Amino acid sequence: MLSVDSLQVTYGGAVEAVRGVSMEVPDGAVVAVLGSNGAGKSTLLRTISGTLRLHRGRVDAGTVRFGDLDLTRRDAGQIVRAGVVQVPEGRRIFGRLTVEENLRAGGMGNRDRAAKAEAITRVHDLFPVLRERSGQRAGLLSGGEQQMLAIGRALMASPRLLLLDEPSLGLAPRVIGQIGEVIAEINRQGTSVLLVEQNATMALGVATHAYVLDVGRVSLSGDARELAQSDEVQRLYLGHTGATPEQQRTERAPRRTLSRWTA
Amino acid sequence: MTQFLSLLLNGISLGAIYALIALGFVIIFKASEVVSFTHGSLLLLGAYAIARLADPLGFLPAVLVGVLMTALAAFLVERLIINRLRGAPVISLAIVTIGVDIILLTELIRQIGPDILNIPHPWGGDSVRIGGVGISENRLIAMGVAGVLIVAFFVAFKYSSWGVAMRASAEDGEAAALMGIRQGRVSALAWVVAGVLAAVAALFLVGAPTPGVSAAAYTVALRAFPAAILGGLDSTGGALVGGLLIGITEAMAAGYQEQLSFLGRGFGEVAPYVVMIVVLLVRPSGLFGTKELTRV
Ligand SMILES: Nc1ncnc2c1ncn2[C@@H]1O[C@H](COP(=O)(O)OP(=O)(O)O)[C@@H](O)[C@H]1O
Ligand SMILES: [Mg+2]
Repeated sequence: MLSVDSLQVTYGGAVEAVRGVSMEVPDGAVVAVLGSNGAGKSTLLRTISGTLRLHRGRVDAGTVRFGDLDLTRRDAGQIVRAGVVQVPEGRRIFGRLTVEENLRAGGMGNRDRAAKAEAITRVHDLFPVLRERSGQRAGLLSGGEQQMLAIGRALMASPRLLLLDEPSLGLAPRVIGQIGEVIAEINRQGTSVLLVEQNATMALGVATHAYVLDVGRVSLSGDARELAQSDEVQRLYLGHTGATPEQQRTERAPRRTLSRWTA
Repeated sequence: MTQFLSLLLNGISLGAIYALIALGFVIIFKASEVVSFTHGSLLLLGAYAIARLADPLGFLPAVLVGVLMTALAAFLVERLIINRLRGAPVISLAIVTIGVDIILLTELIRQIGPDILNIPHPWGGDSVRIGGVGISENRLIAMGVAGVLIVAFFVAFKYSSWGVAMRASAEDGEAAALMGIRQGRVSALAWVVAGVLAAVAALFLVGAPTPGVSAAAYTVALRAFPAAILGGLDSTGGALVGGLLIGITEAMAAGYQEQLSFLGRGFGEVAPYVVMIVVLLVRPSGLFGTKELTRV
């Protein structure tokens, strides 16, 4: 289980990005974190993954624990080896490397050969397109395929907990639906998931539990289905006061509902 | 025609040596985001160590130890200085490497003194003729060894885990870190490889037709900089092409000195820089580079 306790993070000693966040991802769960631009979602994931330093960020207080392990201020490599792997915002695939090389890079934190062989089979089963395109430069893939590669690359490290930072960003509604299904499937195969999203519909569709971040603080949390029904989330994220047909909600562009919230 | 072919062959062999140095320069830039001006003194260190050790140890062991010493020096520079300054502006790092270079160079010049040390190459200073085209045995062997090393380098760069890790972290350091790739390790290894390549280049650079190990070997090494830069600082293929281009230019400019005398004496020495400037004026990021030099 991942547990974040009273976490406070600042950038450059001045910008307070996360101000006392506590949250948990139980083993086997899919937990969503919702919040608009600048809420501190990526900062939370950077802290868990140990890459804050690359952004001149610092943990001022609080802890991140994974099982018995204290991950706070560990380096990124150790955290990957502990089984916590992130798919960063904007995909960040290696565009000049081939698809196969991207997957190979993803497996580099994984020393166990058998686990690596198992991981590549799992990735190819989940995303057959990555097998077909294995020799192609990753930069030539479509946006949706790049997101799948980014997820596949992270799975190569055989994570016990997968962190996803806005996987729906910039993708067509149909592809967002696929990503949601893939996340559910990965979870069924035994990997816990922490899903950061602005697209509340997709996130609350796959998550069991959700937190809402607002300017660095948790403003709401609870059962995903209940949250989806709550007036506040309806109003802020789903852009509605009444119940909407599932279909119609999936069609909605995530950015628009959000800008309404920030406005 | 024979003169042209002879100059071409000599230019290629010289270029292959430059390419070794330039390759090291490029992988350091890719892995550590540092423009390493320590390369000149590393090269001189290699030459000096091999020359000094050749007498007590014999030629081959001296080469082996000299190459390892140079690699170790490069490794230490990375671990003790560059690694600790990660995230510093590229320009400060470049100046730090100049500082390290001056320190190393000063000490080496003090050690070498006014002498010219000799590396007793077992192949001596003779020339061979290949179908009427003359080349020193040293340069011919250099061409062979450099060719093998360059091929080995490219194979490793393309297929080994180190190569994939290196290319991944050069493209996106943070994403690579998120995959558990240890950039410190990738960077240290790049410096070691660059040190090895520089020492091997040194071994041949101070043999016939060049006189031996003196402080002047340092300036020869400097000609690999334009090679790396005109090829594109972040392109390994560019380092190879750039090295060859500079080597051939230098050989041609020296060989046709008479005909080029209107350009002034010693044009051969400046020709590499002229070529570099012309290339950069046309292509600011070098022949195959993707990063503009303005970022440096
Ligand atoms: N590298 C950085 N340096 C300084 N401030 C940053 C940096 N990254 C993010 N921030 C600030 O921290 C806050 C949270 O940002 P972020 O975690 O990226 O939010 P989100 O992912 O929810 O959009 C914002 O105010 C943002 O401007
Ligand atoms: Mg973000």
